[in-house]
Amino acid sequence: MERYDLPDAKGHFGPYGGVYVAETLMAALDELKNEYERVKADPTFWEEFRQELKHYVGRPSPIYHAKRWSEQLGGAQIFFKREDLNHTGAHKISNAIGQALLARRMGKKRVIAETGAGQHGVATATVAARYGMECFVYMGSEDIKRQSPNVFRMKLLGATVVPVESGSKTLKDALNEAMRDWVTNVDSTFYILGTAAGPHPYPMMVRDFLSVIGEESKEQMPELTGRQPDVVVACVGGGSNAIGMFYPYINVDGVRMVGVEAGGHGIDSGMHAAPLSGGAGVGVLHGAKSYLMQDANGQVVETHSVSAGLDYPGVGPEHSYLKDIGRAEYVAIDDKEALAAFHDCCHLEGIIPALESSHALAWAAKVAPTMGKDKVILVNLSGRGDKDINTVAGLAGITL
Amino acid sequence: MSRIAACFAALQGKKALIPFITAGDPHPSRTVELMHGLVDGGADIIELGVPFSDPMADGPVIQRASERALVHKVGLRDVLAMVAEFRKTNTTTPVVLMGYLNPVFVMGYAAFAAAAREAGVDGVLTVDCPPEEAADLSAALIAADLDPVFLIAPTTPEARVREIARHARGYVYYVSLKGVTGAGNLDIDDVARKIAALRAHIQVPIGVGFGIRDAATAKAISVTADAVVVGSRLVQEIEAATEQTAKERLTGLVAELKAAIL
Repeated sequence: MERYDLPDAKGHFGPYGGVYVAETLMAALDELKNEYERVKADPTFWEEFRQELKHYVGRPSPIYHAKRWSEQLGGAQIFFKREDLNHTGAHKISNAIGQALLARRMGKKRVIAETGAGQHGVATATVAARYGMECFVYMGSEDIKRQSPNVFRMKLLGATVVPVESGSKTLKDALNEAMRDWVTNVDSTFYILGTAAGPHPYPMMVRDFLSVIGEESKEQMPELTGRQPDVVVACVGGGSNAIGMFYPYINVDGVRMVGVEAGGHGIDSGMHAAPLSGGAGVGVLHGAKSYLMQDANGQVVETHSVSAGLDYPGVGPEHSYLKDIGRAEYVAIDDKEALAAFHDCCHLEGIIPALESSHALAWAAKVAPTMGKDKVILVNLSGRGDKDINTVAGLAGITL
Repeated sequence: MSRIAACFAALQGKKALIPFITAGDPHPSRTVELMHGLVDGGADIIELGVPFSDPMADGPVIQRASERALVHKVGLRDVLAMVAEFRKTNTTTPVVLMGYLNPVFVMGYAAFAAAAREAGVDGVLTVDCPPEEAADLSAALIAADLDPVFLIAPTTPEARVREIARHARGYVYYVSLKGVTGAGNLDIDDVARKIAALRAHIQVPIGVGFGIRDAATAKAISVTADAVVVGSRLVQEIEAATEQTAKERLTGLVAELKAAIL
């Protein structure tokens, strides 16, 4: 394909993206865009970023050959990009560090974040502690219930967790509330957005900070297998870990890219969180135009997924574009399939994966048997599942 | 002359009062009578909120109003039907729809503009659609003789004010504070300074809203602004009233505000 060079100067990925926010935030987003453009060209910023990733996060994260599981499935070889081994247990920390370093350069002493599963909240609370910033994390009260270990971790790290009671009390409402905080405290506050969505420049910035996932993979896979993978797979809620894996591979011919959305109780049930693969139309939410789960009146509908981190009605605009141009495919895995993969990964590989990442694992496990043994699937194992043990126990009728 | 321009012309320098209520709150069957109640109290223009599931720029009061309306699944077409019903007995008071872009985007800009015109809408303010993204919507609105109303914020730099001035029709809505609707940190002197600065670039009337909660504040704001917008305070009144007393209480409060402003 032609050289891929998006977004354009106004933050558009084809018809998607853009800056759909209230006027009060426009100047702040302009300032952020200009500051990011400056640091993008500043090698000292990236050197500092790399040092932090190496010594604080523990990057590069390894790639691991899931031999037993691959053998049992009897088809393609499955490899894991071990983002679960990063400090704080998920890919989110790399983005949080990038944005916090930017906040520091801009002289902002207060950071805010939204969180669903709590991984981005923990990552933000962590970097706020590391850099001496005041931190407020907005989290839906439903998510607070199902992710209580992460809530306590954030508090241990010194952050204030603000429960959000409006709407569906999940990630989308946490994002609304974070935006309301930002509009009120725009002079003092940096909003560390946790996914590759939101108004420009966030989708681009989050992608750039997380591209380290795909960049490392591109170096590691030839060392391990002598070549690039046939397929790269990642779960997609807002789509941050997926775009981090996909972006460096966009111009690599022959690498199929698959984003796995949350099928919830099944696409036909309507109780899912799969705007790209579930037949949703296009809409405008949280500052960008993208595929969006909504009703005929343009009201955003409630979503369902066993994993809080995927329970989001929208998706990052770059994924909408990659879907339309056919460069990436998007599929859905339902709650049951994800849970089965969660348990298989525990038993066969000795790795407890996040329920979010389990969706990507489930797709790989489903498709591997249909592929030859010489084929290679690289799954982005975006986070570890310690935070999910209450949920999984609860589904099995066990109270911890 | 558009209904909005005619309204400001008829005021002959007196200041306009623009009350806001959310369509469908507390119940869809009450909205038209509440609109008439606003006019009875002295409303010069009505801003009618289109309920949205994710009202990012609104404080808790207007969020709750949206939620009450959405219990009854009030959609953009329902809101237009309410305006059409209102127009059967009121052909002079301008009605400006205020809401978020997605319901309008989903209906389609041209279809929406035509239907809004047909219903008797005069202006449209989409909170989350700044001029940068508004070209298609504004063109559709202007083609249907509707005024695109834009926000200006305390954070808006002068270059953007000039840009917004090129696109604004009807009036501009100056957001009096950094925050969401109904917030409590309004600084009247600061607003007065900003309005004076805006006059260098803005040709249309300047309305001021967000955080105006009582007659005294409305009066102080009206010294410099051409119009005073009151929303959350009125929605609170609806919240505190019964369905039966809401109209009377709104009329009373609007009359008090109208009497106070210059």
